[in-house]
Amino acid sequence: MRSYLARRLLLLIPVIFGVITLVFFLIHLIPGDPVDIMLGETASSSDKETLRKQLHLDEPLGAQYLHFLNRLGHGDLGRSLHSNRPVLSTILKRYPNTLELAFFAMLIALLIALPLGIFSALKQHSAVDTGSMFFALLGVSLPNFWLGPLLILLFSVELNLLPVSGKEGILDFILPGITLGLGMSAILTRMIRSSLLEVKQKEYVLCARAKGLAEYRVVMKHTLRNALIPVVTIVGLQFGGLLAGSIITETIFSWPGIGRLTVQAISARDYPLVQGCVLFISLTYVLINLGTDLLYAFIDPRIQYQK
Amino acid sequence: MRLSNNKPALFGLFVLVAFFLVALFAEFFAPADPSEIHLEEGLNGPSAHHLFGQDKLGRDILSRMVYGSRISLLVGITVVSISLMTGLLIGSVAGYFGGLLDEAIMRVVDVFLAFPGILLAIAITAVLGPSLRNVLIALCLMGWVGYARIIRGQILSVRELEYVQAARANGASPVRILSRHILPNIMAPVIVEATFGMAGAIIAEAGLSFLGLGVQPPTPSWGSMLAEGRQFLLLAPHLTTFPGLAIMLTVLGLNFIGDGLRDALDVRQQP
Repeated sequence: MRSYLARRLLLLIPVIFGVITLVFFLIHLIPGDPVDIMLGETASSSDKETLRKQLHLDEPLGAQYLHFLNRLGHGDLGRSLHSNRPVLSTILKRYPNTLELAFFAMLIALLIALPLGIFSALKQHSAVDTGSMFFALLGVSLPNFWLGPLLILLFSVELNLLPVSGKEGILDFILPGITLGLGMSAILTRMIRSSLLEVKQKEYVLCARAKGLAEYRVVMKHTLRNALIPVVTIVGLQFGGLLAGSIITETIFSWPGIGRLTVQAISARDYPLVQGCVLFISLTYVLINLGTDLLYAFIDPRIQYQK
Repeated sequence: MRLSNNKPALFGLFVLVAFFLVALFAEFFAPADPSEIHLEEGLNGPSAHHLFGQDKLGRDILSRMVYGSRISLLVGITVVSISLMTGLLIGSVAGYFGGLLDEAIMRVVDVFLAFPGILLAIAITAVLGPSLRNVLIALCLMGWVGYARIIRGQILSVRELEYVQAARANGASPVRILSRHILPNIMAPVIVEATFGMAGAIIAEAGLSFLGLGVQPPTPSWGSMLAEGRQFLLLAPHLTTFPGLAIMLTVLGLNFIGDGLRDALDVRQQP
Protein backbone atom coordinates (compact mmCIF):
# COMPACT_ATOMS: atom_id res chain seq x y z
CA MET A 1 0.00 0.00 0.00
CA ARG A 2 2.75 2.41 0.93
CA SER A 3 4.67 1.84 -2.30
CA TYR A 4 1.46 2.21 -4.24
CA LEU A 5 0.82 5.51 -2.52
CA ALA A 6 4.35 6.67 -3.28
CA ARG A 7 4.06 5.70 -6.93
CA ARG A 8 0.71 7.45 -7.32
CA LEU A 9 2.07 10.62 -5.74
CA LEU A 10 5.19 10.53 -7.89
CA LEU A 11 3.12 10.13 -11.05
CA LEU A 12 1.12 13.14 -10.01
CA ILE A 13 4.11 15.45 -10.41
CA PRO A 14 4.51 15.14 -14.21
CA VAL A 15 0.74 15.35 -14.66
CA ILE A 16 0.42 18.56 -12.68
CA PHE A 17 3.47 19.95 -14.41
CA GLY A 18 2.02 19.03 -17.79
CA VAL A 19 -1.35 20.60 -17.00
CA ILE A 20 0.33 23.81 -15.91
CA THR A 21 2.46 23.87 -19.06
CA LEU A 22 -0.54 23.31 -21.34
CA VAL A 23 -2.50 26.04 -19.56
CA PHE A 24 0.48 28.37 -19.87
CA PHE A 25 0.63 27.83 -23.63
CA LEU A 26 -3.10 28.46 -24.02
CA ILE A 27 -2.54 32.19 -24.16
CA HIS A 28 0.07 31.71 -26.87
CA LEU A 29 -2.42 29.84 -29.04
CA ILE A 30 -4.28 33.10 -29.55
CA PRO A 31 -3.87 33.95 -33.23
CA GLY A 32 -2.21 37.35 -33.65
CA ASP A 33 -1.28 39.61 -30.79
CA PRO A 34 -2.93 38.43 -27.54
CA VAL A 35 -2.92 41.99 -26.18
CA ASP A 36 -4.84 43.24 -29.22
CA ILE A 37 -7.42 40.50 -28.74
CA MET A 38 -7.79 41.11 -25.02
CA LEU A 39 -8.06 44.90 -25.12
CA GLY A 40 -9.51 45.31 -28.60
CA GLU A 41 -7.89 47.05 -31.55
CA THR A 42 -8.98 50.48 -30.35
CA ALA A 43 -7.11 50.44 -27.03
CA SER A 44 -4.39 53.04 -26.64
CA SER A 45 -0.84 51.88 -27.19
CA SER A 46 0.18 52.84 -23.66
CA ASP A 47 -2.60 50.59 -22.24
CA LYS A 48 -1.40 47.81 -24.49
CA GLU A 49 2.19 48.24 -23.34
CA THR A 50 1.12 48.19 -19.69
CA LEU A 51 -0.78 44.95 -20.15
CA ARG A 52 2.06 43.45 -22.16
CA LYS A 53 4.43 44.22 -19.30
CA GLN A 54 1.97 43.04 -16.68
CA LEU A 55 1.58 39.66 -18.42
CA HIS A 56 5.33 39.58 -19.21
CA LEU A 57 4.44 39.10 -22.88
CA ASP A 58 7.37 41.34 -23.87
CA GLU A 59 9.87 38.78 -22.57
CA PRO A 60 11.20 35.60 -24.22
CA LEU A 61 8.98 32.54 -23.91
CA GLY A 62 11.26 30.76 -21.45
CA ALA A 63 11.28 33.74 -19.10
CA GLN A 64 7.51 34.02 -19.35
CA TYR A 65 7.15 30.39 -18.40
CA LEU A 66 9.42 30.82 -15.37
CA HIS A 67 7.41 33.87 -14.31
CA PHE A 68 4.23 31.83 -14.64
CA LEU A 69 5.62 28.97 -12.52
CA ASN A 70 6.98 31.41 -9.97
CA ARG A 71 3.61 33.10 -9.64
CA LEU A 72 1.79 29.78 -9.28
CA GLY A 73 4.27 28.73 -6.65
CA HIS A 74 3.15 31.76 -4.66
CA GLY A 75 -0.52 30.91 -5.17
CA ASP A 76 -0.91 33.81 -7.58
CA LEU A 77 -3.02 33.11 -10.66
CA GLY A 78 -2.76 36.69 -11.92
CA ARG A 79 -5.43 39.36 -12.10
CA SER A 80 -8.67 39.44 -14.01
CA LEU A 81 -8.45 41.91 -16.90
CA HIS A 82 -12.04 42.87 -16.34
CA SER A 83 -12.36 43.42 -12.62
CA ASN A 84 -8.66 43.73 -11.87
CA ARG A 85 -9.25 41.48 -8.86
CA PRO A 86 -6.96 38.50 -8.19
CA VAL A 87 -8.07 35.47 -10.24
CA LEU A 88 -7.66 33.06 -7.34
CA SER A 89 -9.97 34.93 -4.98
CA THR A 90 -12.55 35.38 -7.77
CA ILE A 91 -12.50 31.64 -8.33
CA LEU A 92 -12.57 30.74 -4.65
CA LYS A 93 -15.62 32.93 -4.16
CA ARG A 94 -17.54 31.01 -6.82
CA TYR A 95 -16.14 27.56 -6.17
CA PRO A 96 -18.31 26.56 -3.18
CA ASN A 97 -21.42 27.11 -5.32
CA THR A 98 -20.10 24.68 -7.92
CA LEU A 99 -19.23 22.11 -5.27
CA GLU A 100 -22.68 22.39 -3.68
CA LEU A 101 -24.34 21.87 -7.03
CA ALA A 102 -22.07 18.93 -7.86
CA PHE A 103 -22.82 17.26 -4.52
CA PHE A 104 -26.52 17.77 -5.02
CA ALA A 105 -26.31 16.35 -8.55
CA MET A 106 -24.42 13.36 -7.21
CA LEU A 107 -27.08 12.81 -4.57
CA ILE A 108 -29.80 12.84 -7.22
CA ALA A 109 -27.78 10.48 -9.40
CA LEU A 110 -27.35 8.01 -6.54
CA LEU A 111 -31.00 8.23 -5.52
CA ILE A 112 -31.97 7.22 -9.05
CA ALA A 113 -29.16 4.78 -9.81
CA LEU A 114 -29.02 2.70 -6.62
CA PRO A 115 -32.62 1.39 -6.66
CA LEU A 116 -32.70 1.04 -10.45
CA GLY A 117 -29.33 -0.69 -10.69
CA ILE A 118 -29.91 -3.05 -7.78
CA PHE A 119 -33.41 -3.98 -8.80
CA SER A 120 -32.56 -4.60 -12.43
CA ALA A 121 -29.65 -6.85 -11.47
CA LEU A 122 -31.71 -8.86 -8.98
CA LYS A 123 -34.50 -9.24 -11.55
CA GLN A 124 -32.37 -9.63 -14.64
CA HIS A 125 -34.30 -9.77 -17.96
CA SER A 126 -37.46 -8.49 -16.26
CA ALA A 127 -39.43 -5.53 -17.55
CA VAL A 128 -37.83 -3.33 -14.89
CA ASP A 129 -34.39 -4.43 -16.07
CA THR A 130 -35.15 -3.64 -19.71
CA GLY A 131 -36.69 -0.32 -18.71
CA SER A 132 -33.71 0.66 -16.57
CA MET A 133 -31.25 -0.20 -19.29
CA PHE A 134 -33.23 1.85 -21.77
CA PHE A 135 -33.29 4.72 -19.30
CA ALA A 136 -29.54 4.36 -18.87
CA LEU A 137 -28.88 4.72 -22.58
CA LEU A 138 -31.38 7.53 -22.90
CA GLY A 139 -29.75 9.30 -19.97
CA VAL A 140 -26.30 9.35 -21.55
CA SER A 141 -27.75 10.45 -24.89
CA LEU A 142 -29.57 13.47 -23.46
CA PRO A 143 -27.24 16.44 -23.74
CA ASN A 144 -27.47 18.71 -20.69
CA PHE A 145 -27.83 21.79 -22.89
CA TRP A 146 -31.13 20.33 -24.08
CA LEU A 147 -32.29 18.69 -20.87
CA GLY A 148 -31.90 21.96 -18.94
CA PRO A 149 -34.17 24.03 -21.19
CA LEU A 150 -36.68 21.15 -21.35
CA LEU A 151 -36.87 21.00 -17.55
CA ILE A 152 -37.32 24.76 -17.39
CA LEU A 153 -40.14 24.51 -19.92
CA LEU A 154 -41.89 21.76 -18.00
CA PHE A 155 -41.38 22.70 -14.36
CA SER A 156 -40.99 26.46 -14.48
CA VAL A 157 -43.12 27.52 -17.43
CA GLU A 158 -45.90 24.94 -17.73
CA LEU A 159 -46.28 23.81 -14.14
CA ASN A 160 -44.87 26.93 -12.51
CA LEU A 161 -43.38 24.83 -9.72
CA LEU A 162 -39.69 25.65 -9.69
CA PRO A 163 -37.57 28.75 -10.23
CA VAL A 164 -35.85 29.22 -13.59
CA SER A 165 -32.45 30.44 -12.48
CA GLY A 166 -30.28 31.88 -9.76
CA LYS A 167 -29.31 30.48 -6.40
CA GLU A 168 -31.33 31.72 -3.50
CA GLY A 169 -33.09 28.78 -1.89
CA ILE A 170 -33.04 25.00 -1.85
CA LEU A 171 -35.64 24.89 -4.66
CA ASP A 172 -33.10 26.49 -6.97
CA PHE A 173 -30.95 23.38 -6.71
CA ILE A 174 -33.51 20.99 -8.13
CA LEU A 175 -33.49 21.72 -11.88
CA PRO A 176 -29.74 22.28 -12.30
CA GLY A 177 -29.15 19.29 -10.03
CA ILE A 178 -31.24 17.03 -12.24
CA THR A 179 -29.70 18.47 -15.41
CA LEU A 180 -26.21 17.78 -14.12
CA GLY A 181 -26.98 14.50 -12.37
CA LEU A 182 -29.19 12.63 -14.83
CA GLY A 183 -26.39 11.62 -17.18
CA MET A 184 -24.40 10.38 -14.24
CA SER A 185 -27.34 8.44 -12.85
CA ALA A 186 -27.50 6.63 -16.19
CA ILE A 187 -23.83 5.68 -16.05
CA LEU A 188 -24.11 4.60 -12.41
CA THR A 189 -27.23 2.49 -13.05
CA ARG A 190 -25.37 0.43 -15.64
CA MET A 191 -22.33 0.18 -13.46
CA ILE A 192 -24.21 -0.96 -10.36
CA ARG A 193 -26.18 -3.49 -12.37
CA SER A 194 -23.17 -5.07 -14.06
CA SER A 195 -21.18 -5.13 -10.85
CA LEU A 196 -24.03 -6.85 -8.99
CA LEU A 197 -24.53 -9.36 -11.81
CA GLU A 198 -20.87 -10.29 -11.54
CA VAL A 199 -20.88 -10.68 -7.76
CA LYS A 200 -24.10 -12.71 -7.90
CA GLN A 201 -22.17 -15.51 -9.61
CA LYS A 202 -19.47 -15.68 -6.95
CA GLU A 203 -19.01 -18.77 -4.83
CA TYR A 204 -19.28 -16.90 -1.56
CA VAL A 205 -22.80 -15.84 -2.52
CA LEU A 206 -23.66 -19.41 -3.36
CA CYS A 207 -22.17 -20.42 -0.01
CA ALA A 208 -24.21 -17.84 1.86
CA ARG A 209 -27.33 -19.12 0.21
CA ALA A 210 -26.37 -22.77 0.78
CA LYS A 211 -25.98 -22.26 4.49
CA GLY A 212 -29.59 -21.17 4.56
CA LEU A 213 -29.32 -17.42 5.02
CA ALA A 214 -32.42 -15.39 4.33
CA GLU A 215 -32.41 -13.92 0.82
CA TYR A 216 -32.44 -10.44 2.32
CA ARG A 217 -29.18 -11.13 4.15
CA VAL A 218 -27.60 -12.75 1.12
CA VAL A 219 -28.32 -9.66 -0.92
CA MET A 220 -27.54 -7.00 1.64
CA LYS A 221 -24.51 -8.47 3.40
CA HIS A 222 -22.86 -10.69 0.84
CA THR A 223 -23.75 -9.39 -2.59
CA LEU A 224 -24.35 -5.69 -2.31
CA ARG A 225 -21.42 -4.81 -0.10
CA ASN A 226 -18.98 -6.39 -2.50
CA ALA A 227 -20.71 -5.14 -5.59
CA LEU A 228 -20.60 -1.53 -4.48
CA ILE A 229 -16.81 -1.39 -4.19
CA PRO A 230 -16.13 -0.62 -7.87
CA VAL A 231 -19.07 1.77 -7.79
CA VAL A 232 -17.12 3.93 -5.34
CA THR A 233 -14.45 4.44 -8.01
CA ILE A 234 -16.95 5.43 -10.64
CA VAL A 235 -18.66 7.83 -8.26
CA GLY A 236 -15.32 9.48 -7.56
CA LEU A 237 -14.26 9.69 -11.19
CA GLN A 238 -17.66 10.94 -12.26
CA PHE A 239 -17.67 13.57 -9.57
CA GLY A 240 -14.71 15.13 -11.30
CA GLY A 241 -16.65 14.91 -14.56
CA LEU A 242 -19.46 16.91 -12.94
CA LEU A 243 -17.07 19.85 -12.72
CA ALA A 244 -16.83 19.91 -16.52
CA GLY A 245 -20.58 19.38 -16.90
CA SER A 246 -21.15 22.34 -14.63
CA ILE A 247 -19.84 24.70 -17.34
CA ILE A 248 -22.93 24.22 -19.49
CA THR A 249 -25.41 23.57 -16.67
CA GLU A 250 -24.38 26.68 -14.76
CA THR A 251 -24.66 28.75 -17.92
CA ILE A 252 -28.22 27.55 -18.53
CA PHE A 253 -29.39 28.22 -14.98
CA SER A 254 -27.29 31.36 -14.31
CA TRP A 255 -25.67 29.50 -11.43
CA PRO A 256 -22.98 31.62 -9.76
CA GLY A 257 -20.29 28.93 -9.94
CA ILE A 258 -16.90 28.44 -11.55
CA GLY A 259 -18.41 26.92 -14.71
CA ARG A 260 -20.39 30.04 -15.54
CA LEU A 261 -17.38 32.13 -14.51
CA THR A 262 -15.35 30.29 -17.16
CA VAL A 263 -17.90 31.05 -19.87
CA GLN A 264 -18.17 34.68 -18.78
CA ALA A 265 -14.40 34.99 -18.82
CA ILE A 266 -14.30 33.53 -22.34
CA SER A 267 -16.88 35.97 -23.69
CA ALA A 268 -15.09 38.88 -22.02
CA ARG A 269 -11.76 37.64 -23.45
CA ASP A 270 -10.43 37.75 -19.94
CA TYR A 271 -7.73 35.20 -20.68
CA PRO A 272 -5.91 35.27 -17.32
CA LEU A 273 -9.24 34.37 -15.73
CA VAL A 274 -9.86 31.66 -18.34
CA GLN A 275 -6.41 30.22 -17.63
CA GLY A 276 -7.10 30.31 -13.90
CA CYS A 277 -10.46 28.57 -14.22
CA VAL A 278 -9.15 25.84 -16.51
CA LEU A 279 -6.16 25.24 -14.27
CA PHE A 280 -8.27 25.20 -11.13
CA ILE A 281 -10.91 22.82 -12.52
CA SER A 282 -8.38 20.35 -13.90
CA LEU A 283 -6.20 20.34 -10.79
CA THR A 284 -9.29 19.66 -8.66
CA TYR A 285 -10.17 16.85 -11.03
CA VAL A 286 -6.70 15.33 -10.75
CA LEU A 287 -6.80 15.47 -6.96
CA ILE A 288 -10.28 13.94 -6.79
CA ASN A 289 -9.11 11.10 -9.02
CA LEU A 290 -6.10 10.54 -6.80
CA GLY A 291 -8.31 10.49 -3.72
CA THR A 292 -10.67 8.01 -5.38
CA ASP A 293 -7.84 5.66 -6.29
CA LEU A 294 -6.43 5.73 -2.78
CA LEU A 295 -9.86 5.22 -1.22
CA TYR A 296 -10.42 2.26 -3.51
CA ALA A 297 -7.18 0.63 -2.44
CA PHE A 298 -8.05 1.32 1.17
CA ILE A 299 -11.58 -0.13 1.22
CA ASP A 300 -10.78 -3.22 -0.82
CA PRO A 301 -7.85 -5.12 0.67
CA ARG A 302 -7.99 -7.62 -2.21
CA ILE A 303 -6.61 -5.04 -4.55
CA GLN A 304 -2.89 -5.42 -4.88
CA TYR A 305 -1.20 -2.73 -6.77
CA GLN A 306 1.97 -4.21 -8.07
CA LYS A 307 2.63 -1.96 -11.00
CA MET B 1 -25.57 -12.03 -29.43
CA ARG B 2 -25.64 -11.37 -33.15
CA LEU B 3 -26.12 -7.78 -34.18
CA SER B 4 -29.08 -8.65 -36.43
CA ASN B 5 -31.02 -10.04 -33.43
CA ASN B 6 -30.44 -6.94 -31.36
CA LYS B 7 -33.49 -4.71 -31.76
CA PRO B 8 -32.05 -1.54 -30.20
CA ALA B 9 -28.94 -1.86 -32.37
CA LEU B 10 -31.09 -2.28 -35.47
CA PHE B 11 -33.03 0.80 -34.46
CA GLY B 12 -29.73 2.62 -34.02
CA LEU B 13 -28.58 1.49 -37.44
CA PHE B 14 -31.82 2.74 -38.95
CA VAL B 15 -31.36 6.14 -37.29
CA LEU B 16 -27.75 6.33 -38.41
CA VAL B 17 -28.57 5.47 -42.03
CA ALA B 18 -31.36 8.05 -42.03
CA PHE B 19 -28.95 10.61 -40.55
CA PHE B 20 -26.34 9.90 -43.24
CA LEU B 21 -28.90 10.11 -46.05
CA VAL B 22 -30.38 13.37 -44.76
CA ALA B 23 -26.95 14.94 -44.42
CA LEU B 24 -25.71 13.76 -47.81
CA PHE B 25 -28.86 14.71 -49.71
CA ALA B 26 -29.82 17.78 -47.70
CA GLU B 27 -30.94 19.64 -50.84
CA PHE B 28 -33.43 16.89 -51.51
CA PHE B 29 -34.81 16.58 -47.96
CA ALA B 30 -34.98 20.26 -46.99
CA PRO B 31 -38.42 21.65 -47.84
CA ALA B 32 -37.11 25.22 -48.10
CA ASP B 33 -33.95 27.28 -48.38
CA PRO B 34 -32.43 27.22 -44.85
CA SER B 35 -31.36 30.86 -45.03
CA GLU B 36 -34.51 32.31 -46.59
CA ILE B 37 -35.73 35.05 -44.24
CA HIS B 38 -39.38 35.95 -43.57
CA LEU B 39 -39.18 38.49 -40.75
CA GLU B 40 -42.94 38.90 -40.53
CA GLU B 41 -43.31 35.16 -39.80
CA GLY B 42 -40.63 35.10 -37.07
CA LEU B 43 -41.10 32.55 -34.26
CA ASN B 44 -44.23 31.09 -35.89
CA GLY B 45 -45.01 27.65 -34.52
CA PRO B 46 -45.31 24.42 -36.53
CA SER B 47 -47.73 24.59 -39.43
CA ALA B 48 -48.51 22.71 -42.62
CA HIS B 49 -46.01 24.87 -44.50
CA HIS B 50 -43.32 24.74 -41.83
CA LEU B 51 -43.58 21.38 -40.07
CA PHE B 52 -41.19 22.32 -37.25
CA GLY B 53 -42.05 26.03 -37.25
CA GLN B 54 -39.85 29.06 -37.96
CA ASP B 55 -37.03 30.75 -36.07
CA LYS B 56 -36.74 34.41 -35.09
CA LEU B 57 -35.92 35.44 -38.66
CA GLY B 58 -38.74 33.30 -40.02
CA ARG B 59 -36.38 30.72 -41.45
CA ASP B 60 -37.72 27.16 -41.78
CA ILE B 61 -36.49 25.14 -38.81
CA LEU B 62 -36.83 21.74 -40.47
CA SER B 63 -34.66 22.88 -43.37
CA ARG B 64 -32.09 24.33 -41.02
CA MET B 65 -32.01 21.05 -39.10
CA VAL B 66 -31.57 19.09 -42.32
CA TYR B 67 -28.58 21.24 -43.27
CA GLY B 68 -27.37 21.27 -39.66
CA SER B 69 -27.04 17.48 -39.81
CA ARG B 70 -24.15 18.04 -42.23
CA ILE B 71 -22.13 19.79 -39.54
CA SER B 72 -22.81 16.99 -37.06
CA LEU B 73 -21.90 14.33 -39.60
CA LEU B 74 -18.78 16.19 -40.70
CA VAL B 75 -17.62 16.68 -37.11
CA GLY B 76 -18.45 13.09 -36.13
CA ILE B 77 -16.58 11.51 -39.03
CA THR B 78 -13.62 13.90 -39.11
CA VAL B 79 -12.98 13.80 -35.38
CA VAL B 80 -13.28 10.02 -35.15
CA SER B 81 -11.05 9.33 -38.17
CA ILE B 82 -8.29 11.77 -37.26
CA SER B 83 -8.34 10.84 -33.57
CA LEU B 84 -8.41 7.14 -34.41
CA MET B 85 -5.46 7.39 -36.80
CA THR B 86 -3.42 9.44 -34.34
CA GLY B 87 -4.35 7.17 -31.45
CA LEU B 88 -3.54 4.11 -33.52
CA LEU B 89 -0.10 5.41 -34.37
CA ILE B 90 0.81 6.64 -30.89
CA GLY B 91 -0.81 3.71 -29.05
CA SER B 92 0.95 1.18 -31.31
CA VAL B 93 4.35 2.74 -30.79
CA ALA B 94 3.83 2.88 -27.02
CA GLY B 95 2.42 -0.62 -26.70
CA TYR B 96 4.74 -2.41 -29.09
CA PHE B 97 8.06 -0.83 -28.31
CA GLY B 98 7.48 -0.20 -24.62
CA GLY B 99 10.31 1.14 -22.52
CA LEU B 100 11.07 4.81 -22.04
CA LEU B 101 9.11 5.84 -25.11
CA ASP B 102 6.00 4.15 -23.73
CA GLU B 103 6.55 5.74 -20.34
CA ALA B 104 6.88 9.19 -21.93
CA ILE B 105 3.81 8.75 -24.13
CA MET B 106 1.70 7.56 -21.22
CA ARG B 107 2.69 10.61 -19.16
CA VAL B 108 1.49 12.84 -22.01
CA VAL B 109 -1.74 10.81 -22.12
CA ASP B 110 -2.14 11.34 -18.37
CA VAL B 111 -1.83 15.09 -18.83
CA PHE B 112 -4.58 15.15 -21.45
CA LEU B 113 -6.78 12.96 -19.25
CA ALA B 114 -6.35 15.46 -16.42
CA PHE B 115 -8.80 17.80 -18.15
CA PRO B 116 -12.33 16.64 -17.40
CA GLY B 117 -14.92 16.31 -20.17
CA ILE B 118 -14.81 18.97 -22.85
CA LEU B 119 -12.98 21.51 -20.69
CA LEU B 120 -9.83 21.40 -22.82
CA ALA B 121 -11.86 21.74 -26.03
CA ILE B 122 -13.67 24.73 -24.54
CA ALA B 123 -10.36 26.31 -23.57
CA ILE B 124 -8.77 25.69 -26.97
CA THR B 125 -11.70 27.03 -29.00
CA ALA B 126 -11.92 29.96 -26.60
CA VAL B 127 -8.39 31.08 -27.45
CA LEU B 128 -8.31 30.02 -31.12
CA GLY B 129 -11.60 31.78 -31.77
CA PRO B 130 -15.01 30.34 -32.58
CA SER B 131 -15.20 28.46 -35.89
CA LEU B 132 -15.91 24.99 -37.20
CA ARG B 133 -12.25 24.47 -38.05
CA ASN B 134 -11.18 25.29 -34.50
CA VAL B 135 -13.84 22.97 -33.06
CA LEU B 136 -12.40 20.18 -35.19
CA ILE B 137 -8.85 21.00 -34.04
CA ALA B 138 -9.90 21.07 -30.38
CA LEU B 139 -11.89 17.83 -30.52
CA CYS B 140 -9.12 15.98 -32.38
CA LEU B 141 -6.52 17.21 -29.90
CA MET B 142 -8.66 15.71 -27.16
CA GLY B 143 -9.91 12.66 -29.02
CA TRP B 144 -6.76 10.66 -29.78
CA VAL B 145 -6.00 10.00 -26.12
CA GLY B 146 -8.75 7.45 -25.53
CA TYR B 147 -7.84 5.42 -28.61
CA ALA B 148 -4.13 5.53 -27.83
CA ARG B 149 -4.78 4.15 -24.37
CA ILE B 150 -7.04 1.34 -25.51
CA ILE B 151 -4.75 0.33 -28.36
CA ARG B 152 -1.68 0.36 -26.15
CA GLY B 153 -3.45 -1.79 -23.55
CA GLN B 154 -4.64 -4.24 -26.19
CA ILE B 155 -1.18 -4.52 -27.74
CA LEU B 156 0.38 -5.16 -24.34
CA SER B 157 -2.03 -8.07 -23.86
CA VAL B 158 -1.14 -9.79 -27.14
CA ARG B 159 2.46 -8.69 -27.65
CA GLU B 160 3.99 -11.88 -26.28
CA LEU B 161 1.43 -14.36 -27.63
CA GLU B 162 2.65 -17.22 -29.82
CA TYR B 163 1.39 -15.87 -33.11
CA VAL B 164 3.24 -12.60 -32.62
CA GLN B 165 6.40 -14.43 -31.59
CA ALA B 166 6.05 -16.68 -34.63
CA ALA B 167 5.82 -13.65 -36.90
CA ARG B 168 8.82 -12.15 -35.17
CA ALA B 169 10.78 -15.38 -35.53
CA ASN B 170 9.94 -15.38 -39.24
CA GLY B 171 11.73 -12.08 -39.46
CA ALA B 172 8.71 -9.83 -40.00
CA SER B 173 9.33 -6.13 -39.44
CA PRO B 174 7.60 -4.33 -36.56
CA VAL B 175 5.40 -2.46 -39.04
CA ARG B 176 4.32 -5.72 -40.63
CA ILE B 177 3.76 -7.43 -37.29
CA LEU B 178 1.64 -4.52 -36.10
CA SER B 179 -0.36 -4.01 -39.26
CA ARG B 180 -0.83 -7.63 -40.36
CA HIS B 181 -0.84 -9.58 -37.11
CA ILE B 182 -1.62 -7.47 -34.08
CA LEU B 183 -3.97 -4.70 -35.16
CA PRO B 184 -6.51 -6.91 -36.97
CA ASN B 185 -6.81 -8.95 -33.77
CA ILE B 186 -7.37 -6.08 -31.39
CA MET B 187 -9.75 -3.90 -33.38
CA ALA B 188 -13.01 -5.01 -31.68
CA PRO B 189 -12.79 -2.70 -28.65
CA VAL B 190 -11.45 0.07 -30.89
CA ILE B 191 -14.49 -0.14 -33.17
CA VAL B 192 -16.81 -0.03 -30.15
CA GLU B 193 -14.92 2.97 -28.81
CA ALA B 194 -15.13 4.71 -32.19
CA THR B 195 -18.92 4.34 -32.22
CA PHE B 196 -19.22 5.96 -28.80
CA GLY B 197 -16.57 8.45 -29.89
CA MET B 198 -18.71 9.61 -32.78
CA ALA B 199 -21.64 10.15 -30.41
CA GLY B 200 -19.32 12.05 -28.09
CA ALA B 201 -17.98 14.25 -30.89
CA ILE B 202 -21.50 15.14 -32.05
CA ILE B 203 -22.54 16.10 -28.51
CA ALA B 204 -19.29 18.02 -27.98
CA GLU B 205 -19.72 20.06 -31.18
CA ALA B 206 -23.31 20.85 -30.24
CA GLY B 207 -22.17 21.83 -26.74
CA LEU B 208 -19.43 24.11 -28.06
CA SER B 209 -21.80 25.69 -30.57
CA PHE B 210 -24.33 26.07 -27.74
CA LEU B 211 -21.73 28.09 -25.83
CA GLY B 212 -21.14 30.18 -28.96
CA LEU B 213 -17.68 28.66 -29.53
CA GLY B 214 -18.54 26.58 -32.57
CA VAL B 215 -20.13 27.08 -35.94
CA GLN B 216 -20.96 30.72 -36.56
CA PRO B 217 -24.20 32.11 -37.99
CA PRO B 218 -25.78 31.94 -40.48
CA THR B 219 -24.54 28.34 -40.92
CA PRO B 220 -27.07 26.14 -39.15
CA SER B 221 -25.81 23.65 -36.57
CA TRP B 222 -27.97 21.78 -34.07
CA GLY B 223 -26.07 23.21 -31.14
CA SER B 224 -26.23 26.84 -32.29
CA MET B 225 -29.94 26.41 -33.08
CA LEU B 226 -30.45 25.27 -29.49
CA ALA B 227 -28.52 28.25 -28.16
CA GLU B 228 -30.62 30.60 -30.25
CA GLY B 229 -33.82 28.86 -29.20
CA ARG B 230 -32.94 29.23 -25.53
CA GLN B 231 -33.48 32.99 -25.79
CA PHE B 232 -37.06 32.34 -26.89
CA LEU B 233 -37.75 29.41 -24.60
CA LEU B 234 -40.94 30.94 -23.21
CA LEU B 235 -42.23 32.42 -26.47
CA ALA B 236 -41.37 29.69 -28.92
CA PRO B 237 -40.34 26.37 -27.35
CA HIS B 238 -40.29 24.67 -30.77
CA LEU B 239 -36.98 26.39 -31.47
CA THR B 240 -35.39 24.28 -28.75
CA THR B 241 -37.44 21.10 -28.93
CA PHE B 242 -36.69 19.89 -32.45
CA PRO B 243 -32.91 20.40 -32.73
CA GLY B 244 -32.52 18.84 -29.28
CA LEU B 245 -34.59 15.87 -30.37
CA ALA B 246 -32.36 15.45 -33.43
CA ILE B 247 -29.19 15.44 -31.32
CA MET B 248 -30.67 12.99 -28.84
CA LEU B 249 -31.95 10.59 -31.49
CA THR B 250 -28.65 10.53 -33.36
CA VAL B 251 -26.61 10.04 -30.21
CA LEU B 252 -29.03 7.43 -28.87
CA GLY B 253 -28.81 5.58 -32.16
CA LEU B 254 -25.00 5.57 -32.04
CA ASN B 255 -25.04 4.43 -28.42
CA PHE B 256 -27.41 1.57 -29.30
CA ILE B 257 -25.08 0.50 -32.09
CA GLY B 258 -22.05 0.77 -29.80
CA ASP B 259 -23.77 -1.38 -27.19
CA GLY B 260 -24.85 -3.89 -29.81
CA LEU B 261 -21.33 -4.07 -31.26
CA ARG B 262 -19.90 -4.56 -27.81
CA ASP B 263 -22.14 -7.58 -27.29
CA ALA B 264 -21.66 -8.92 -30.81
CA LEU B 265 -17.87 -8.54 -30.78
CA ASP B 266 -17.77 -9.79 -27.21
CA VAL B 267 -15.74 -6.92 -25.86
CA ARG B 268 -15.20 -7.21 -22.14
CA GLN B 269 -17.12 -4.52 -20.30
CA GLN B 270 -14.72 -1.88 -19.09
CA PRO B 271 -15.48 -0.80 -15.53
